[in-house]
Amino acid sequence: MDRDSRDRTDDFVVTNDFVVKVATVNGTGSASANGMLMQAIFRMGIPVSGKNVFPSNIQGLPTWYEIRVNKHGHLARNPDVDLMVAMNPKTYEQDIAEVRPGGAVIYDSSWPLDEELFRKDVLFFGIPLSHMCVENFKGDRERILMKNIAYVGAVAALLSIDLEVIKGMLEEKFSAKQHLMDSNNVAIRLGYDYATEHFDCLLPIRLEAMDANRDSVLMTGNMAAALGCVYAGATVGAWYPITPATSLMDAFRSFCAELRKDPETGKNLYCVIQAEDELAAIGMVLGAGWMGARAFTPTSGPGISLMNEMLGLAYYAEIPAVIFDVQRTGPSTGMPTRTQQGDLFTIAFASHGDTKHILMFPADPGECFYFAVKAFDLAERFQTPVFVASDLDIGMNDWVCKKLEWDDAYVPDRGKVLSAEDLQGMDAFYRYLDVDGDGIPARSLPGVDPKGAYLTRGSGHDRFGRYTEDGDLYQDVMDRIARKIEGAAEALPPPEVRLVDGATVGLVTMGGCRGAVLEAIELLADEGITLDFLRVTGFPFCTAVEEFLLSHDVNIVVEQNRDAQLMRLLLLETAVPKSKLSSVLDYRGAPLSAEVVVGGVRDRLGLVPVEAG
Amino acid sequence: MTQTAKPSVRHPRLKRNKLGLTQRDYEGSQSTLCAGCGHDSITAAITQAFFELDMPLHRVAKLSGIGCSSKTPTYFLSEAHGFNSVHGRMPSIATGANAANRDLSYIGVSGDGDSLSIGLGQFCHAIRRNVNMLYMLENNGVYGLTKGQFSASADVGSRAKRGEENRMSPIDPASLALTLGASFVARSFSGDKKQLVPIIKAALTHRGFALVDVISPCVTFNDHEGSTKSYAHTREHGHEVVETDFVPILHEIQAQQDHGSTTAVTMHDGSVVRFRSVDEGYDPTDRDAAYAHLKELQAKGEVATGLLFIEPTSMDLHAFENTVDQPLVDVPFEKLCPGSEVLAELQSRWR
Ligand SMILES: Cc1ncc(C[n+]2csc(CCOP(=O)(O)OP(=O)(O)O)c2C)c(N)n1
Ligand code: SF4
Ligand SMILES: [Mg+2]
Repeated sequence: MDRDSRDRTDDFVVTNDFVVKVATVNGTGSASANGMLMQAIFRMGIPVSGKNVFPSNIQGLPTWYEIRVNKHGHLARNPDVDLMVAMNPKTYEQDIAEVRPGGAVIYDSSWPLDEELFRKDVLFFGIPLSHMCVENFKGDRERILMKNIAYVGAVAALLSIDLEVIKGMLEEKFSAKQHLMDSNNVAIRLGYDYATEHFDCLLPIRLEAMDANRDSVLMTGNMAAALGCVYAGATVGAWYPITPATSLMDAFRSFCAELRKDPETGKNLYCVIQAEDELAAIGMVLGAGWMGARAFTPTSGPGISLMNEMLGLAYYAEIPAVIFDVQRTGPSTGMPTRTQQGDLFTIAFASHGDTKHILMFPADPGECFYFAVKAFDLAERFQTPVFVASDLDIGMNDWVCKKLEWDDAYVPDRGKVLSAEDLQGMDAFYRYLDVDGDGIPARSLPGVDPKGAYLTRGSGHDRFGRYTEDGDLYQDVMDRIARKIEGAAEALPPPEVRLVDGATVGLVTMGGCRGAVLEAIELLADEGITLDFLRVTGFPFCTAVEEFLLSHDVNIVVEQNRDAQLMRLLLLETAVPKSKLSSVLDYRGAPLSAEVVVGGVRDRLGLVPVEAG
Repeated sequence: MTQTAKPSVRHPRLKRNKLGLTQRDYEGSQSTLCAGCGHDSITAAITQAFFELDMPLHRVAKLSGIGCSSKTPTYFLSEAHGFNSVHGRMPSIATGANAANRDLSYIGVSGDGDSLSIGLGQFCHAIRRNVNMLYMLENNGVYGLTKGQFSASADVGSRAKRGEENRMSPIDPASLALTLGASFVARSFSGDKKQLVPIIKAALTHRGFALVDVISPCVTFNDHEGSTKSYAHTREHGHEVVETDFVPILHEIQAQQDHGSTTAVTMHDGSVVRFRSVDEGYDPTDRDAAYAHLKELQAKGEVATGLLFIEPTSMDLHAFENTVDQPLVDVPFEKLCPGSEVLAELQSRWR
């Protein structure tokens, strides 16, 4: 983005609108130090985002953390780096090259920086972090850990982060471990004091406290989704570890350890099973769902691939299940720690034969919570698997979100579940008979009443639940299930639509692209290009989606995959003609930035960029 | 073809169990397996065992994978809830079901293809978790439903119907289960109802994973000369290690008048399983000895049968997971949802 579009205060110093990138080595404890930095800015009331760019590795490879501060609340990734904290000599060259002209670099001056790396248009701040840590701490591990804290101190000084805020955070974190608190305090001061003593504040960027975060919290999508499972009353979770979904079950477990103990016995009011693979994980979810429990599994693309056979079973035998697909790049192992929206095709029609599944696309952690709860309601109402498709960026990064709210009047939508009395009052119970005409038959739960007994099966069955190989009887059930799933379109959360006067072009997107697309719409509006906005939140698509597409001359679909999966699904599943659709795609694995959207839209509309003035 | 219901004639003099039900009430629809298939005899034994245990039908969950064997839950307990799932994945469905509702009685039916090839992983892990269920492995050494390919339990030297000989060593579910720490391992023969019924009853009463490996000849694809899972071969080479008698809790006093040299093992609910060693010194509570004995007989070309091993007080899935005694499906929502105040409190930490 153009530097000059940023607001400038006195002496070319930009306040609360910049990007800090930290380059470190993974496995050295830098992730929590970087998180602290972001959290401190959050506590100063300033809108901020943090994006972790990490390798698929435990220790020793380059890793980065990007912090974007934006007083207007634009928190999508911005690759335009103002301050680089370069702590990994192996990536110095690339990191220093990324800094925009007029920006700055902090590096560890314990060893001299190669002459060739210096740039004239960038400020360099050398701090002998390693030396200071060797002098002040004992043992390799502590020295390495404390070096991270020391650079946090230095950045705090240079950006004028309130030291008290950081100290408060350390106290909360280490209140039980005095010696850790002591070392952390020493380390913070080392960096802070060195920076204050050696540099006048020459940085072109700075922070100033605001009050934008009063009603907000910091959370990851996986935490929020896990909490949604707790609040929805889920009792059985099964999973097989996979990045970026692992932290969802970790979070569910720790919430449950705190909130789901039977007060009398101290025993668990939940059961989490680490399965032997994803085939088993989804099998367990189906077993539990069949019994009437709210059950879920978190996974990512490779897990979804393994689950395919069972997903067809769930669809055809009509068993509720909630699957969180925290997407990462594919195919195969792809880039397992990078984000993408590449699973749409796979989840929309998962399994062999004719299937079609209910999908939800949360845009941020807040929606992960609400959509999780909704997913259980929909799964039980429609007696079918429901996918909540987030991605690595939403799932694993800390986002500033509006505080979650909970309505204590909420009653789970269990759908048509027959009680023993219901069953006793019936002449006969037939599992797959569409009594109400909405495509949704009633279900009985095992163990409730002898009258409810039937054989659940993935093999051909008629509307009475009996085995059949009769084509007409088979087709009858398949058609009814198709009707049932279509009915889910209007029961999903409504799409997000923003209309401006006179716009004939629509920008269409989903999930985590939201922030970048909205920011791009503002930037393009400054150039006089007006665009309407549609964010698809679920599948099957509701009529509002189709109406939006039909009412625009051009719809540019912005998404993070190579094959324009959302655009193609829209083409397949709505009446929109192909001529009205085009796409902007970014599937490099990083969270989307407005820059890419702006460039893509200009290109699709045949516009020339407006010269920065 | 739709399933065929059996004509419902009730004989007035049929014996009734404590629930007032007859054995006919424990049957299912008419079998569509080949006449003489071993699986049908197992179905009959299952029917009798459930009947004799006075099991309420709707409190039973019967599950299976895919195969001729996996079709059989349709043929027993028609008033029990059933789940005919996908090939090799029944153990995971049973695990999830059991996690959600621990109060039902679970029976899983599988084949040697279903359990020892495609589903080997799930089979092993259900044993590790000690899921409280009866696991019937109807073992015929072939894939019946796909027309006679060798399965992983085919013995070395066994001949397929078309003549080719199996040379790879078999996976023996009983010894595998023993090494995996299974808490109940039995083997029987579909043609020996007298042995099979008490074993099924003991397995249903056992708390934990009870493997019953039943040699069950496939008359169509694996009952010829040269097959080691044929009726003739099994009758000749079957070797009963222990005679098993299952004594439900209430009958114990009468049953104590039994013959002399028996070992009695008390189950979690107080019922008793009695063993009478056929082989001298065989101790069905000694895992290593059971394993050694199994291998010894195997080396002689014999198949050890009977309740081979039992560990009545093992921890099951729910003990591992420390779940409440009440089935999770019965826990009211109010106990599961922490409510708005807790949410506000939680979020005060996320700043
Ligand atoms: C995923 C999958 N692959 C293959 C099949 C085909 N198939 C059906 S039954 C079967 C073998 C069954 O053998 P076994 O479990 O021994 O049962 P039996 O018929 O011998 O009782 C196979 C391979 C299938 N149903 N699903
Ligand atoms: S093919 Fe074999 S296993 Fe299948 S029903 Fe016939 S005899 Fe039984
Ligand atoms: Mg078989």
